[in-house]
Amino acid sequence: MPPAAIEARDLEKTFKGGVRALTGVSFAVEPGTVFGMLGPNGAGKTTAVRILTTILRPDGGSAEVLGHDVVKEPGVVRALIGLAGQYAAVDENLTGRENLRMIGQLTQLRRVDASRRADELLAQFELTEAAGRSVKTYSGGMRRRLDLAAALVDRPPVLFLDEPTTGLDPYGRVAMWATIEALVGDGTTVLLTTQYLEEADRLADQLVVIDHGKVIAEGTSSELKAQLGKSVLDLEMGSDEIAEKAMVVLGNQLGRPATRQASVVEIPLDEGPRDVIEALRLLDDAGLAPTGLTVREPSLDDVFLALTGHGTTEP
Amino acid sequence: MRTAAIPVAERRSRITPLRAVKDTLVIAERNLISYTRIPEALFFSSVQPIMFVLLFRYVFGGAIRVADPGGYVNYLIPGIFVQTVAFGAVQTSIGLAEDLQKGLIERFRSLPMARSGVLAGRTVADLCRNVLVACLITGVGYAVGFRVETSVWGYLAAVLLILMFAYSLSWGFAVIGLSAANSETAQVMSFPLLFPLTFASSAFVPVQYMPGWLQGFAKYQPVSEVIDAARGLMVGGVADVAGHVEVSLVWSVGLLIVLAPLAVHKYRTRT
Repeated sequence: MPPAAIEARDLEKTFKGGVRALTGVSFAVEPGTVFGMLGPNGAGKTTAVRILTTILRPDGGSAEVLGHDVVKEPGVVRALIGLAGQYAAVDENLTGRENLRMIGQLTQLRRVDASRRADELLAQFELTEAAGRSVKTYSGGMRRRLDLAAALVDRPPVLFLDEPTTGLDPYGRVAMWATIEALVGDGTTVLLTTQYLEEADRLADQLVVIDHGKVIAEGTSSELKAQLGKSVLDLEMGSDEIAEKAMVVLGNQLGRPATRQASVVEIPLDEGPRDVIEALRLLDDAGLAPTGLTVREPSLDDVFLALTGHGTTEP
Repeated sequence: MRTAAIPVAERRSRITPLRAVKDTLVIAERNLISYTRIPEALFFSSVQPIMFVLLFRYVFGGAIRVADPGGYVNYLIPGIFVQTVAFGAVQTSIGLAEDLQKGLIERFRSLPMARSGVLAGRTVADLCRNVLVACLITGVGYAVGFRVETSVWGYLAAVLLILMFAYSLSWGFAVIGLSAANSETAQVMSFPLLFPLTFASSAFVPVQYMPGWLQGFAKYQPVSEVIDAARGLMVGGVADVAGHVEVSLVWSVGLLIVLAPLAVHKYRTRT
């Protein structure tokens, strides 16, 4: 087996005030793949990324990027990685081109080469028109693209993307996904964190689910989905009372737990379409007609419910 | 994986003194460009000192008696120099706190650059700005009647002394900026420190007119020392100028030796 591009072993980190952000996180990322780290806010994803990018020192455990220890050889690691995050860390007072040229010079390109590389990236990220405007005037999506471009100035073999689409509108999100997919095509190893199951599913070859500073599940996206993510049938019953009656009918006769969110009854589909037919037949027999029906993929909330017994919002 | 990248990365991860200087200049350029695009920062460095000059020259100045050759305006301008660069240093703390808040510091810390680059770049940019501020105050001073009574060399030595002191002060405010939760806090933390240092000093009023309990502080605190030295070098009329110059140099160098490593430490370990 080739050495891992990123390897974390039993990473631990406790912040001042006793907040235990990581309590022993281990994983390995194969070269040239996209690795997804999925978890709710505060799960420890950003802390893990900050340790792997040498910004933070772990309290316990160790980590390597392309065989270089992040604590013992931080300089080498920094020369091998790119980091783009949810904050879109660019200087608002500079123009897009000035930002990229500055990063280029800081990664030791000569001024002319830094300018050339900046123009290349601006074109690649469709920012050429806005290149001479200060970043203050950019939209959220443009800032995010510039931030990603800044992470790529040095053509790093390993790229860290910390929640690259959080806060973007659906259009911006889809565009960002396409960009990330194109990057992976040229052999870059990517570690990305996300709160969205859909995003991890679309982009990541290999996944860990992280909660309260621990890895609680790992595998490929389809393995995880098979393990946890049954499709869910949502039945809109029109009112809370009717929904409650439907719960009783389905709970008794379908033989599996249904849950209720206001007037919507939710049923996990163990056996696919047959469950839908069965549920509708039972309701029809009981004289209860749903006013709406949706079959949806499990959300992160459902995954967490299945894995931890709590949703993403509870502590 | 591009394995060829690894030896290259090892070579490139070496931080030489030349690299540190280059990184400093890149960051300094960035901060200077930024300055010209932040109206508040431009206001702080230009309109504010002019207002102070006019305020003390024409509003309060008539009521303040000084024995200086050339009268109160000659007493005032060296004080304005030091007060302005000290106030300007607040921009260092605000700017760094903003960089932290916006995640820029995180990005810099993930780059293969010198650890001192971001702070040295910021303080060097401040130094450049202070050179312009010194020219501005000289111009405004001359317009309201200030005259150098010693020599051009005396004046230049005074400006150099003030710039050195301001540079050390910038590192102190860098420590504040890196300790603050956000730029507003940085500003709030800076002013309670600045006001006593600049106003309870010999900048605007001779220390002997202050109450006894205040004189002890006002007379020996570093800002007064630098002002007295600068005043002696520019317009004369100060006893023991050499002594004040010496004490000013000791303060400037001492503060730098203590504060610069402290600031870099804060930069590296900020979580």
